Amino acid sequence: MIATQLPALQIIIPLFAAPIIVLVRRSELAWIIAVVANLMCVLVAWKLLGLVNEQGIIRYSLGGWAAPTGIEYYVDSVNAPLLLLVAAISAIVLLYAYHSVKKSVDSNKHYLFYAAWMLCLSGLLGMLITGDAFNVFVFLEISSLSTYMLIAFGSDRRALTASFRYLVLGSIGASFILIGIGFLYAATGSLNMLDLAQRIPDASSERAILVAFSFISIGLMIKSAIFPLHAWLANAYHHAPITVTAFLAGTATKVSLYVFLRFLFSVFGTQYNFEYLLFNVILLPAAVLGFLIMSVVAVFQTDLRRMLAYSSVAQIGYIVAGISLATQAGLTAGYVHIINHAMIKTALFMSVGCIIYRLGHAHRPSLDNLIQTMPLTCAAFIISGLSLIGVPLTVGFVSKFTLIGAAMEKGWWMMAALVLVSSVLAIIYIGRVADVMLFRKQRLPNPIPQGRNEAPLSMLVPMYGLIFMSLYLGVYGSKTLAVASEAATQLLGGFR
Amino acid sequence: MKLYPRQRHRVLQVITKLIIPFVMLFALYVQFHGDFGPGGGFQAGVIFASAFILHGLIFGLQHTRSVLTPTMLRVSMAVGVLLYLLTGVVSMLRGAEFLNYDVLLHDPIHGQHLGIFAVELGVGITVYAVIVSLFYGFASKR
Repeated sequence: MIATQLPALQIIIPLFAAPIIVLVRRSELAWIIAVVANLMCVLVAWKLLGLVNEQGIIRYSLGGWAAPTGIEYYVDSVNAPLLLLVAAISAIVLLYAYHSVKKSVDSNKHYLFYAAWMLCLSGLLGMLITGDAFNVFVFLEISSLSTYMLIAFGSDRRALTASFRYLVLGSIGASFILIGIGFLYAATGSLNMLDLAQRIPDASSERAILVAFSFISIGLMIKSAIFPLHAWLANAYHHAPITVTAFLAGTATKVSLYVFLRFLFSVFGTQYNFEYLLFNVILLPAAVLGFLIMSVVAVFQTDLRRMLAYSSVAQIGYIVAGISLATQAGLTAGYVHIINHAMIKTALFMSVGCIIYRLGHAHRPSLDNLIQTMPLTCAAFIISGLSLIGVPLTVGFVSKFTLIGAAMEKGWWMMAALVLVSSVLAIIYIGRVADVMLFRKQRLPNPIPQGRNEAPLSMLVPMYGLIFMSLYLGVYGSKTLAVASEAATQLLGGFR
Repeated sequence: MKLYPRQRHRVLQVITKLIIPFVMLFALYVQFHGDFGPGGGFQAGVIFASAFILHGLIFGLQHTRSVLTPTMLRVSMAVGVLLYLLTGVVSMLRGAEFLNYDVLLHDPIHGQHLGIFAVELGVGITVYAVIVSLFYGFASKR
């Protein structure tokens, strides 16, 4: 009986945890409830992934109302791995969060912090699991509103402006998506994604579909921070509490990218007329310019959080480049990089979180010889940094190798070359940090205190857990590639 | 801090005292009549909250705060959401989908009735608490 209820439980567990945390209010208890709920979420996602592999697509009608009328949860090989990814990343960061949050957030607000976290998690999982276009918007709003709140918890007052800026841009994105869904509804009379996919080809007004398509695309491009529309991201990642940044970097933009994929390939279909315009004229240049320009910008950042934020936009560029190839290999590369980049970037932000926990800042030029005082944290940063560059045996290598292979397969040699150029830029910006950490002698007026000053074990253990997971998946890259390839087949094949 | 000294608004204060019970009663009517006519949890919550907001405007925020403390609001917010979710979970425990009201009682029609009633009550409680909190939030900062 439990097996049939799994899709609903995936959303209900974190949604339940949020009001209970608000009622309990004690900060330790709030953290424990959040962790337990999150671990249950991971378990449910794991079971769902197993079920999807066993018996194919799972459909769940909420409230017993059958699909085109009611809201339906739809789990297939595209979103099941991402459900597990988002739940797992959130669980790891939450385990890590305890000390960091204790230090950076007022103790009487801890319960609100964890409640917002749970709401954000259920919103993100909801966007992944739902098969209803309007329901996507509802969950998007749940996750966005709680994200604005989480960012505003930052200790700096600038967190408030960062949060407000994201609120304005995020709301514009969300309203664009809503307008697009409204046009789709006007043109087809349906909100269910499967039903939409069937009705769009014989919709009466092609112009309404085009308008809907444009609005939804731009809205989702804002939410997933694709290059020219990434303005909100750097400030938000910089000023939010570092645990929130680690959580969002691995999940929020990835979930929006998933919704983008879902609309592009499953709902509008691969054979749609304006596909050429979007893929070759808009998405591909945006992606290529994105990963080149943002990597250059990242080189010149002095704050590690800001550097990693710009690097995130660059990495999203790789994902979008893979998507814009619109081939089996290209989608596989994009999808596998969604998973791999989530792991890499979360681990990197977690190691920066350890540095901030001890030093109170993440200013690159003042990290002289940090390896002496925080060897484990520095090692974690450098290992994940190598993965970001794409050194063999890491997950970054797996995704870049597939991406370059996919570009060559389609004959886009230029793009393959530019990916390599951007990787060289990644070597520069990670290398500059590594250089300061490893080799630079202390020469600042107020040097870092001598002796071992490592971050607490409760932060190091989850961080290394994630790093070992990503190393394992880097060595056995075929595992994630198989998952991604199946997802790509599913996306290109449309709804079945 | 006295926003409105007692002596200056005697008429408004007396009229407000007279009106508030009716506003609340009307909110409850909108709440519980929602499944027959226009209305429902959201509207009822806003009307219910407007009674407290009126009280706050006329008698000053401190007096309203002592009647309806922020702690009570926080609890109401959470309880409303929990009521909504629990309704869904009860139908899951009875072997149907989340929020499938058919199985709540002996027959589907009564089940649907009870389900929508409970869910709307949850919505109403949360909405009233959130609206009053918004008022507190804006009125207490300058």
